[in-house]
Amino acid sequence: MIKVRTSPHIHGPLSTDKSMLYVIIALLPATLWGIYVFGLSALITVLVSVASAVLAEYLLGKVSKEYTINDYSAIVTGLLIGMNMPPQIPFYIPVLASFFAIAVVKWTFGGLGANWANPAIGGRIFVFFSFTSQMSAFSLPRTLMGSADVISRAGYANHIVPDAFSGATPLSVLKTGLSMGMTGDQYNLLNGRPVTDFASKIGEVLGINPFAVDAFFGNTAGCIGEVSALLLILGGLFLLYKGIIAWRIPVCFIGSFGILAWIFGGVPYGNGLFSGEILLPIFSGGLMLGAIFMATDWVTTPTTPAGEIIFAIGCGFFTFLLRYFGSLPEGVSLAILLMNMMTPTIDRYVKVKKFGFVKPEKKAKEAK
Amino acid sequence: MLKSATFSRGGVHPADKKNLAKDKSIVRLPLPEELIVSMSQHLGAPAKALKAKGDTVSKGELIGQASSFISADVHSPVDGVVTEIRKVELASGAVADALVIKVNEEQTNPFTEIYDWKNQSREEIQALIKSMGIVGMGGATFPTSVKFSIPLGKKVEYLVINGAECEPYLTCDYRLMLEKADEVLEGIMVAAKAVEPENIIVGVELNKKDAIEHLEERAKALGYPIIIQPLKMKYPQGDEKQLLKACINREIPSGKLPLDIGAVVCNLGTTFAIYEAAKFHKPLFERVITISGESINEPKNVIAPIGTKFSELINFAGGTKDDLSELVSGGPMMGFGVSDDQTPTVKGSSGLLALPLTIDDSKSFPCVSCGKCVQHCPMGLQPNRMFRLIKHGKYQEAMNEYSLMDCKECGCCAYTCPSHIPLVQGFKLGKKLGRKK
Repeated sequence: MIKVRTSPHIHGPLSTDKSMLYVIIALLPATLWGIYVFGLSALITVLVSVASAVLAEYLLGKVSKEYTINDYSAIVTGLLIGMNMPPQIPFYIPVLASFFAIAVVKWTFGGLGANWANPAIGGRIFVFFSFTSQMSAFSLPRTLMGSADVISRAGYANHIVPDAFSGATPLSVLKTGLSMGMTGDQYNLLNGRPVTDFASKIGEVLGINPFAVDAFFGNTAGCIGEVSALLLILGGLFLLYKGIIAWRIPVCFIGSFGILAWIFGGVPYGNGLFSGEILLPIFSGGLMLGAIFMATDWVTTPTTPAGEIIFAIGCGFFTFLLRYFGSLPEGVSLAILLMNMMTPTIDRYVKVKKFGFVKPEKKAKEAK
Repeated sequence: MLKSATFSRGGVHPADKKNLAKDKSIVRLPLPEELIVSMSQHLGAPAKALKAKGDTVSKGELIGQASSFISADVHSPVDGVVTEIRKVELASGAVADALVIKVNEEQTNPFTEIYDWKNQSREEIQALIKSMGIVGMGGATFPTSVKFSIPLGKKVEYLVINGAECEPYLTCDYRLMLEKADEVLEGIMVAAKAVEPENIIVGVELNKKDAIEHLEERAKALGYPIIIQPLKMKYPQGDEKQLLKACINREIPSGKLPLDIGAVVCNLGTTFAIYEAAKFHKPLFERVITISGESINEPKNVIAPIGTKFSELINFAGGTKDDLSELVSGGPMMGFGVSDDQTPTVKGSSGLLALPLTIDDSKSFPCVSCGKCVQHCPMGLQPNRMFRLIKHGKYQEAMNEYSLMDCKECGCCAYTCPSHIPLVQGFKLGKKLGRKK
């Protein structure tokens, strides 16, 4: 039978469900790395997050009689929540986060496309402020556990191999140091923390702090999916190549944060302007995961290119404020949430320059 | 070859699919037994039928007279007899009177006498273009005589010939450039005589590199001052606004005409019709049509008289395959879906496509605000917002605050929309309902 449809009669390669699958593929390398370095508990956390997000989506579909499992967006939300969890988290916390994300943040506002905040961010923030101590307890990755430094400081004999060592993230070390009134070179605060031999060598050759090198490659304490900046960037390049995200948000987000960190980052430590460290703050914490995968969420970000840039710079600005002047070491997810709130306003006032737009001539001239 | 150019904002890159019919030389369709010649071959008021049932018509005879300023004459493509006059729906959805002509078995062969257009004045050539019923053959079918009547005091700096052919599948203009380069170039010179431009530019997309080189070589050999401008492949470059931006880097202000920025745009297929009109005084009653698509057995470029039923074209191209899902008149981005294969061709029919199922309707999702429609809109509009307003019946707001009328339905937004939202359909509806109020 012949169909009759309105033009266009062909369609581009992207569809919403396919894009979600691509996002999942792009997130997998960083997730797998996290599971590798943090072990079985990380795997369980990720699986529990995804399963509970999908279950929430399914149950709510039964309530509203609208089945939306087939767009894969629940898997993306669940995966992002899993990646945003510390590896040794009790399993009920990601379950709560996923249910909150899908049910409260997404479903109550009308489901896919209608939510004003990124569901994964909403879920993470909900459990972060409900279970702050569990959400702030991190463990060292496998790659740092072999470090002689750790073994000797922990006082273990060679034949006892524990499952995990608790360890602070670089950002929380800096924050704690700051709250204790330490000043001077920020990296001095990290001295004595474990570092891989590989990073020491590379750091020496390139003249970079080895902690930044470790953070780039993923040998650092942190949430499951956020530790490897390298793999997150590779995932982002894949999405860029597939046309799912544009360069504007990640580049402007990280760029504006980096510039602010460079200019003002030294100030809280008693140093002058233009003395802040850049590489470590950029590569550690949730910045890469947030800037590449969560601030680029289609639904909750502006639709115009100029709006995207404003949104991203806002994210960078708030991340900087929260990280350097707030009481918590992390600020990426709160910054994105704040800018999610601004998105409808940005979209209302930032318009695109139309083709053939001519500025209306000033009336004063006509009067003459 | 000159450095290639393109327009700056938006646009998409669909696969051009021109390989299907690219190498098929233009062949003449054997005359069908019956033609259905609509009086609405063009943009504007339909022509007034001059023949009644039972009248005989001869090839090239005037059978429909332009009924207002924006209208065009219609001529009989064959020797034959009018058997019926009835309302016929065209692929575009327009309904108008049409003469059903039974084609005589014996056909005369007029239009062999050669006229010297070079000795004619500007006014004489303009009158000739009008009386030969020439309209823009890129699809919009705007009467060429109206376009070429330059108001006093207006100066034409550029005559831009549109050889972009940016719609996928279509190869009719490409074949003309290759096979009838001299004729096309002469037709351009006739058009130049009518509008007296300072510069003449032909814009051709780079997927037709051999055509660019061939035209350049022939223009040089014939000594015509015609510049061939290569264009980077990007849809909708064949739209006059994007074409002018690419070729002369000027933007037509909203609601204005090319003439307001000193340019006249003419389709390349039209220049061939102008050539035949000037040289042989042959009216526009036949044209090259590309028959293509994955579901046609033998893609072809054919010369067919206007009023040929689509079924005749399909049969001539070896029929359709079993996976046929859709018939399209024109290109796949802006063409019209055809419900009935008895629909006749008109002067603007550039292609007939038989397409397999290309769009998966199950992939329909709510708008996820990805902004792809905004980023790909060549006019700088916000399709997502316009569509939402139209959905809620706020047509006036869509028109006044979001410039709905600047939308030309090129389809870039719907092409990229990952949620498969029927944006163009919404805009067509919104314009219609908004105008009524």
